[in-house]
Amino acid sequence: MTGYAAVVAARFRMLLQYRGAALGGLATQTFFGLVRIMILDGFYRASATPPSLGFPQAVGYVWLGQATLALFPWNTDSEIRDQVRKGTVVYELCRPLDLYGLWYARAIAWRSAPTLLRMIPMFAFAAAVLPALGLGDWGLAPPAGVGAGIAWVAATVGALFLSCALTTLAHVGVLATLGADGVPALMATIASLLGGMVIPLPLFPDWAQGLLAALPFSGALDLPARLYVGHIAAADAVWVLAQQLSWTAILVVLGRWLLARQTRRLVVQGG
Amino acid sequence: MRDALRLYFRYLGISVRAQLQYPGSFAMQAAGQLLVTVIEIVGIVALFDRFGTLRGWTLPQVALLYGVTDITFAIADALARGFSVFSTMVRSGDFDRILLRPRSTILQILGQEITLRRGGRLVQGAAVLGWAAAQGAVAWTPASVAILAAAVVGGACLFMGLFILQATSAFWTVETLEVWNTVTHGGNYASQYPMTIYRRWFRGFFTWVVPLALVSFVPSAAVLGRADASPLAAGLAPLAGVAFLLASLGVWRLGVRRYTSTGS
Repeated sequence: MTGYAAVVAARFRMLLQYRGAALGGLATQTFFGLVRIMILDGFYRASATPPSLGFPQAVGYVWLGQATLALFPWNTDSEIRDQVRKGTVVYELCRPLDLYGLWYARAIAWRSAPTLLRMIPMFAFAAAVLPALGLGDWGLAPPAGVGAGIAWVAATVGALFLSCALTTLAHVGVLATLGADGVPALMATIASLLGGMVIPLPLFPDWAQGLLAALPFSGALDLPARLYVGHIAAADAVWVLAQQLSWTAILVVLGRWLLARQTRRLVVQGG
Repeated sequence: MRDALRLYFRYLGISVRAQLQYPGSFAMQAAGQLLVTVIEIVGIVALFDRFGTLRGWTLPQVALLYGVTDITFAIADALARGFSVFSTMVRSGDFDRILLRPRSTILQILGQEITLRRGGRLVQGAAVLGWAAAQGAVAWTPASVAILAAAVVGGACLFMGLFILQATSAFWTVETLEVWNTVTHGGNYASQYPMTIYRRWFRGFFTWVVPLALVSFVPSAAVLGRADASPLAAGLAPLAGVAFLLASLGVWRLGVRRYTSTGS
């Protein structure tokens, strides 16, 4: 266990160095956040029957999504893709750690360090700068209550474990397809759409709501964000955590099983 | 000029043949592109399903905007691929080789690659445009066809101009700055919706600085009968994209002049 903890700690400290990349990402995410909010503003103003998710809640949802984009399971680690393509993944197999655990530990650091770097300036912008510019309607309001705030923090930690299980499963897929672009593209599409990154999930048709909540993707952004804005009562946080942790367990077991099958059949090309 | 064009088409021929060497991989990449862009239209359909209209705009009308923007972005992205990945050329010092050849730098970089897999996005944009047309969003007259064609050409020029500016910035920063994504991908995203829903400062930026509104929104709105612009003015507005491309080429030349190699 200490081996995996050391991997997380070392990768985490390394990734915290990329402050320039975080700054560039911040500008892009702010821009996309503003455009998304203006589009939603246009739709909300015209609507005769307002949806259950109010406009201020939708605004909060969009900002939380932008702030935790690095946490969201929409991409794969380019270093792992390179390892698979070049075959250097065999070095990882030689280490006295099992490959699934190693990749999961890398994912934890890779998802959490950039999120921490980006989240605080993003919150400062959305919660303080926007209202100061007279755009308070588009700002991020504080959590719906103390309970909601605590529930959001807990659910965001749950989202990290779930997101890393999804990410590692995608890395297993990358290994199975020898680094082809198909798995990353599929992951970006499905997770963004079903996870609330394209539009907030409560805005999808009512008949789809049950299915969307049951799928694992909602646990990565949608459920924590809805706890924050008060669209899900803080008392129901237990159910959110149960959803996240049970999916994490299922996805870890599935990923381990698939990876074990893969490594048995793995042929290393010499050269 | 004819000689340059011949060379350009030779470059393109090589690029196309190279990509078709692996037909299976190519087909999967194009399908992947199609899939990635489909989620945007699913989001738009879901929002219309939930809210009904967007400030008086209907789904087929927004679909027309979406189709036009997506087609122009796909064309520009496929043609100007060499500029999107240009920073790696600066970093590795490969740009030196291009400077040594007795041909224009722009011609050589445009000829690096025509990315056929962007065809997936093109097909999707065309399908959405076709659906919008089938819903009767547009009265098909010769004038409206000409205006939409002008929009596609102007839009492709504008996005190519943006990719060239993005590449030019690498002369100063070596790395391409991620900030450019706001005007390229972000601009594409914003112009999938009617410009009138945005705030004045935002519209101003995308009209007078990066004239996206002029190349895609003004002509599309005219074709949809939703703007006061006369057909002639709507047809001429996309010229702003051509002007933008010419200005970008000027900036590119300035950048080339101050280029110093990273190589040792």
